[in-house]
Amino acid sequence: MPTFVYMTRCDGCGHCVDICPSDIMHIDKVTRRAYNIEPNMCWECFSCVKACPHHAIDVRGYADFAPLGHSVRVHRDEEKGVIAWRIKFRNGEKDMDLLAPITTKPWGKHIPQLRDAAAPSQEMRNSQLLFNEPKYIRLDEGGLHTLESNGLKFKAGVYY
Amino acid sequence: MAYKTVVEDNIDVLVVGAGLGGTGAAWEARYWGQDKKIIIAEKANIDRSGAVAQGLYAINCYMGTRFGENNPEDHVRYARMDLMGMVREDLLFDMARHVDSAVHQFEEWGMPIMRNPKTGSYLREGRWQIMIHGESYKPLVAEAAKKSADKVYNRICVTHLLMDDSKANRVAGAVGFNVRTGDYHVFKSKTVIVGAGGASNIFKPRSVGEGAGRVWYAPWSSGSAYGLMIQAGAKMTQMENRIVLARFKDGYGPVGAYFLHLKTYTQNCNGEEYESKWFPALSEMVGKAYLDTEGQHLSHKPIPTCLRNHAFINEVNAGRGPIHMVTMEAFQDPHLEEIGWHNFLGMTVGQAVLWAATDVNPKFENPELTTSEPYVMGSHATGCGAWCSGPEDLSPPEYYWGYNRMTTVEGLFGAGDAVGGTPHAFSSGSFTEGRLAAKAACKYIDDGKAAGIRVSDEQIARRKQEIYKPMEHYKVYRNEITAGSVNPNYINPRQGLDRLQKLMDEYCAGVTVSYMTNEKLLHIGLKKLKIMEEDLEKVAAEDIHELLRAWELKHRHLTSESVMQHTLFRKETRWPGYYYRGDAMKLDDENWHVLTVSRRDPQTGEYTMEKAPCYHIVGKDD
Repeated sequence: MPTFVYMTRCDGCGHCVDICPSDIMHIDKVTRRAYNIEPNMCWECFSCVKACPHHAIDVRGYADFAPLGHSVRVHRDEEKGVIAWRIKFRNGEKDMDLLAPITTKPWGKHIPQLRDAAAPSQEMRNSQLLFNEPKYIRLDEGGLHTLESNGLKFKAGVYY
Repeated sequence: MAYKTVVEDNIDVLVVGAGLGGTGAAWEARYWGQDKKIIIAEKANIDRSGAVAQGLYAINCYMGTRFGENNPEDHVRYARMDLMGMVREDLLFDMARHVDSAVHQFEEWGMPIMRNPKTGSYLREGRWQIMIHGESYKPLVAEAAKKSADKVYNRICVTHLLMDDSKANRVAGAVGFNVRTGDYHVFKSKTVIVGAGGASNIFKPRSVGEGAGRVWYAPWSSGSAYGLMIQAGAKMTQMENRIVLARFKDGYGPVGAYFLHLKTYTQNCNGEEYESKWFPALSEMVGKAYLDTEGQHLSHKPIPTCLRNHAFINEVNAGRGPIHMVTMEAFQDPHLEEIGWHNFLGMTVGQAVLWAATDVNPKFENPELTTSEPYVMGSHATGCGAWCSGPEDLSPPEYYWGYNRMTTVEGLFGAGDAVGGTPHAFSSGSFTEGRLAAKAACKYIDDGKAAGIRVSDEQIARRKQEIYKPMEHYKVYRNEITAGSVNPNYINPRQGLDRLQKLMDEYCAGVTVSYMTNEKLLHIGLKKLKIMEEDLEKVAAEDIHELLRAWELKHRHLTSESVMQHTLFRKETRWPGYYYRGDAMKLDDENWHVLTVSRRDPQTGEYTMEKAPCYHIVGKDD
C-alpha cells in the first residue's frame, strides 16, 4: 500500500525521510512537506507511518488490486513499549482495535557494552564458542554441541 | 565531480549491510576485537532496514536445546530434506548449534517472546518456529549493533568491494556513495563482512503499476549481497535454487502461523484436498527418498516446501483454482482470530490493509492463496549465496579453508543471504551467522593475514568515475530530446528493471511461463543479459536517488546472470515447484547429487562452472 502524506498535518520534520528503508519519502522543495516519490517501490512497511510524530502519513491500498475506503492506522509508543492498531473495513462491518507489546524492558538498557566485557581467553578464542556461550545455549551445563557430543560421526559422502 | 570524497581509513571490520546478518556481525565483532575499529555501512537507516524492517511475528529458527526440544542435527536433517538433499551441512549444523544463544539474548534485551503456559518453554508455532511480538525486532538488534560499532554510516549505497593491490584475490574494503549528499565514500578495511540482502524484483512480479513494490521480499533487497561478491570474483553456490512462496493472494501475507499454529489448511475451488493427488506422480519424478507417498504417514517427514508448491501450481493449471486457505473454522475462536490479524500487523501490514480494502473477513470467508514470483536469497527455504568456508571441527577439506564463513576471496566474509547452502537460517540464523563471521574475521586479522594491504589511488579514482557515470551520461544526453523519458542514448533504471524482469520471467522460469524453462531458453536469456550489460553502461540517473536505483539494477543484473548460468548448468529439475527444466524434468541423483559452484572472472565476465561434493555429515537416523 503506497504511503501518502496529508498536507495539513505534515510540518516537513523529515522523520519519515530519515527512516524509510526504500529511500522514497522525500521533502517537496515547493511545499516543504514530505511525499512518496516512488510508490511502486513502497513495501508498505509502515516505518514512516510509525515514525511520523503528527500521524500525517497514511497508506492507501495499491491501485492495481485494492478498492478505496479502508483504513489501517497505527500508534507506536516506545516509552510504554506497545503498538496500537485500528483496522476499518471499507464496508464498515469490521472495526478492530489491536494492541501488542514491542518490548519488555526499557529501550536498549539491557544490551551490554561488549567493549567493557571481560576479554575472551585464548582458550575461548581457539574454541567454537561465541560471546556468552555455552551458558546461553543450554541449562544442563553441557558445552557446545559437536558431532562427538551428540554421538555422531563424520560421514562424508554418505547418502541417505 | 562536485561531490566530496570521504575516506574512512584503518578499519578492521567493515560490515556492509546491517540487516539481521550485519547487526549480528557488528555486535559480536566487538567482543572478539575489543580494540578493533568496527564500521557499519548501511544503505538505509539501520533502525529499519533489511528484510525485517517492518517486524516479524515468529523466529523461524530456534532449536530449544534448553527445553530438550531439538538438537542441531535434527535441524540439519529437516533443512536437508526440505532442500531435496542440497545443503552445506557443516554450515547448517554450525548455525544451529549457536542459534539458541542469539535468541536467548534477544529475550534478555527485551524482545517479547510468547511462552507456553503449560510447559514454560517458548510458544511453538511449529517444530522450528517460536512466536514473538516482533514489531520492534529490527530496532532492537540495531541498538545492539550500534552499541558495538565505532561508527554507523547510514544511507551509504555500497557499490563495489575494494581489492588489495598488493595481493590478488584479497579484499581491502568497499566504496559507495551517500544517497542523500551524493558524497563518495571510501572504506579501507582489513576485512569485510557482507550482510547485504538477497534479490527481490529480478523476476517480473505479479503486482503491476503502482503496486509493483508489493512483492513478498523487500523491494530494497537488490541482490547486493551477490552483486558485490560476484563482481569481486567470489565463488557462488546454489544460485539456481531460487524460491517461490505460497502466500495470501496480492498481499503476500505469511502463511506459517496460519498453517502451524492456527491449524488452517488449503483446498481447491471445489472444496477438495488436492495436494496428495499430485504426489504419486511427483514421487516418480523426484524419487522415494524425497517423497514417500506410502510411508509418509509413518515417517512424519515434512513434505519439502517446493513439492507442496508443485501440487499447488499443478492444481491451478488443471483449472481448479483458486486455492483457498480454510480460515473459517479457526477464526471462530476469538483468540486465534486475533493472532491471525496480529500475525500480519507484526510483519506484513499490507495484507491487513488488503483485507480491509476488499472486505475479506476470514471468519466468514476463506481467503485466496497464490504462488509468488521467484526470489533469490540464502536464508529462507532456499540456499543461494557465496561458497564459504565452514568451521574447523565440522568441515571436510573441500569445505574448509581456515576461516568460518569466509568466501573464496581472502578477508571477505558473508552472513545471512550472502552465504550459500544454509537455508532455514531465517532471522535468528542470519544474526548467528553474522556472529560467526565476526569471530572469524577478528581471528583472520589477529593471525596477521591482513598485513600489507594496499589500495591504490588509481583504484579509488576508477571506482569513483564508474559510480557516477550514470549521472554524467544523463547530463550529456538529456538535452537531445525535448522532454520525457524516451531517449535513444540511454534507459533509466526503471526501464532497465522492467527489461530485466521480463527477461528473467520469460527465459528463466518466472510466473508467466509457469516456472518452466529449458536449455534453449536459457541460452537466449543469457545472450539477452549480455546485451543488457552493454546497455547498463548507458543507464542514466537524473539525480542521486536514481543513481541508487541504477546501482541496485546493476547488482540485480549480476545476480540474474549468475542464476541463469547455474540453472543452465544443473541439467535436472531438482526443486519442482520452484522451477522446472522442461528438457530435464526428473531429479537425477546419479549425476546431480552435487552442489553447483560458479565463478565469474572479474576481468572478462566469463563464467566457470564446477560441481562440488554434497557431503552428508549427519546420518539419516542417528
